[in-house]
Amino acid sequence: MTAPGAARGPAVRVLPRLDGTNRFFWTSGEDGRLRFLRCTACRHYVHPPVPRCPYCLDGSMVPEPVSGTGVVHSFTVNHQQWIPGSDPYVIGLVTIAEQEDVRLTTNLVDCAPDDVHIGMAVEVTFEQAEDVWLPLFKPAEQLP
Amino acid sequence: MSPNPPERLERRSIISGIGQSDVGRRLGRGELDLTLDACLKAIGDAGLTRDDIDGLATFPGAGIGTSGFAGPSTPEVQDALRLRLNWHDGGLEGPGQLRAVFAACLAVAAGLARHVLVYRTVTESTAQGEGGRQGIGGAGGGRGVPRFSGVMQWTLPYGAVSAANWLAMIAQRRMNEFGLTREQLAWIALNGRRNAARNPKAVYRDPMSLDDYLAVRMISTPLCLYDCDAPCDGSTAVVVSHADYARDTPSTACHVNAIGTALRGRPSWDQFDDMTTFSARDAAASMWERTELRPSDVDVAELYDGFSILTMVWLEELGLCGKGESGPFVEGGSRIALDGAVPLNTSGGQLSAGRLHGFGMLHEACVQLRGEGGERQVRNTPEVAAVAAGGGPIAGCMLLTRGLS
Repeated sequence: MTAPGAARGPAVRVLPRLDGTNRFFWTSGEDGRLRFLRCTACRHYVHPPVPRCPYCLDGSMVPEPVSGTGVVHSFTVNHQQWIPGSDPYVIGLVTIAEQEDVRLTTNLVDCAPDDVHIGMAVEVTFEQAEDVWLPLFKPAEQLP
Repeated sequence: MSPNPPERLERRSIISGIGQSDVGRRLGRGELDLTLDACLKAIGDAGLTRDDIDGLATFPGAGIGTSGFAGPSTPEVQDALRLRLNWHDGGLEGPGQLRAVFAACLAVAAGLARHVLVYRTVTESTAQGEGGRQGIGGAGGGRGVPRFSGVMQWTLPYGAVSAANWLAMIAQRRMNEFGLTREQLAWIALNGRRNAARNPKAVYRDPMSLDDYLAVRMISTPLCLYDCDAPCDGSTAVVVSHADYARDTPSTACHVNAIGTALRGRPSWDQFDDMTTFSARDAAASMWERTELRPSDVDVAELYDGFSILTMVWLEELGLCGKGESGPFVEGGSRIALDGAVPLNTSGGQLSAGRLHGFGMLHEACVQLRGEGGERQVRNTPEVAAVAAGGGPIAGCMLLTRGLS
């Protein structure tokens, strides 16, 4: 469902090329859960995916589900026709609830652009496009 | 942490000559043609001939970015001028557009070369006219649209395709943290247009009012069309020479006092720790660590305005105004005017003079230090100029002085 005044995203979704490193992330939404790599030693979440933990340089990196909640760190309403045929859409930068230095660039949906604000509590919702489940974010049903 | 060598080697270098081709919208001239114009002017300005040039550098080097962005490669320019080189360099990665200049300074200091020709050429305006810089996706979309790996995979699916989008989120964050308003931000564009009226080469010279700014279409909130620089065609070149040539150059030597090259936060548009500053914070800090000069010594500032918000960040991070205070500082435009406390973007900047991609700022800093600004010359010929280029996780800056300081 699209909120009044904004599209859910650009007219064309330019999709990621899936590979052994990113497939877990981009298909994570198939079961409705958002996942990030997490270090088995120091327990930090890491994004984007890398083969070795940049915090402790130890441990193994394993995808783990997170709550899917977060906070809007910043946002912008795009009007420019970079992608022809696009109505205005909201690009958001969301910090995940579990760790303040993990952010996702995303689209903020199910919310009028005028109601979006920095600090807004949001939760993940997935949009499937071919073999990719894009994590988008909408206003949280309840406070995280 | 911070490097602390006994000698700041960049001080062994000067800018001994400057040159610029015609600058304009859709000049329809080839990139090598424009580049040779700029290079030959710079070599002559330095009192040299091509036989004296033994180093060559550019940013970013051929084959990078959209059509009209990169300019000719160093091999093309070397061959066109039949240069015999002891050192050459081109590349994208590094502390912003000025990386080619920084590399030249260090090459000269190390004795790898004595006179390095450094150039940056854009023909983005002509490329756009030929349809060479189109939107992403094209007609139809869906299947058949190329997929992306690497860093772009994290932003393109969401239509966050341009630095305009990424930097709009800096501007929004600054509005939230510091109370920045569009009426304040406007003064970067208004000041640029005011100065462009005194620059015969500027691409946009018609007066612009605050009402004009507030009425123009949005690109990505809160950034409007006038917050985004103007693609143009043009080439800028400088000659970086060893400082012991300062006595011999027929021009006024511009001494390199310090360069700022640091990147201490994560090199990322969306994971950098402080979304109000980005790496301008690190580049500026590292520059001030390398000099006895202080922000109050700066007489003129040429600070990158690929997007207006970047100039605001540079003003603060270079210490030319207080942290978070760039909004009130620029509002009304008096402090940043040619006769203000910090004359800013005196040729009109990229917003009005054209997107010469950092090298226009460097060229103008030299013009001002040499007292050759004509109608736009800052009074009491400046002795210290701050130059900054880049934004997001890509940033570099430098201090130039007239005479040794």
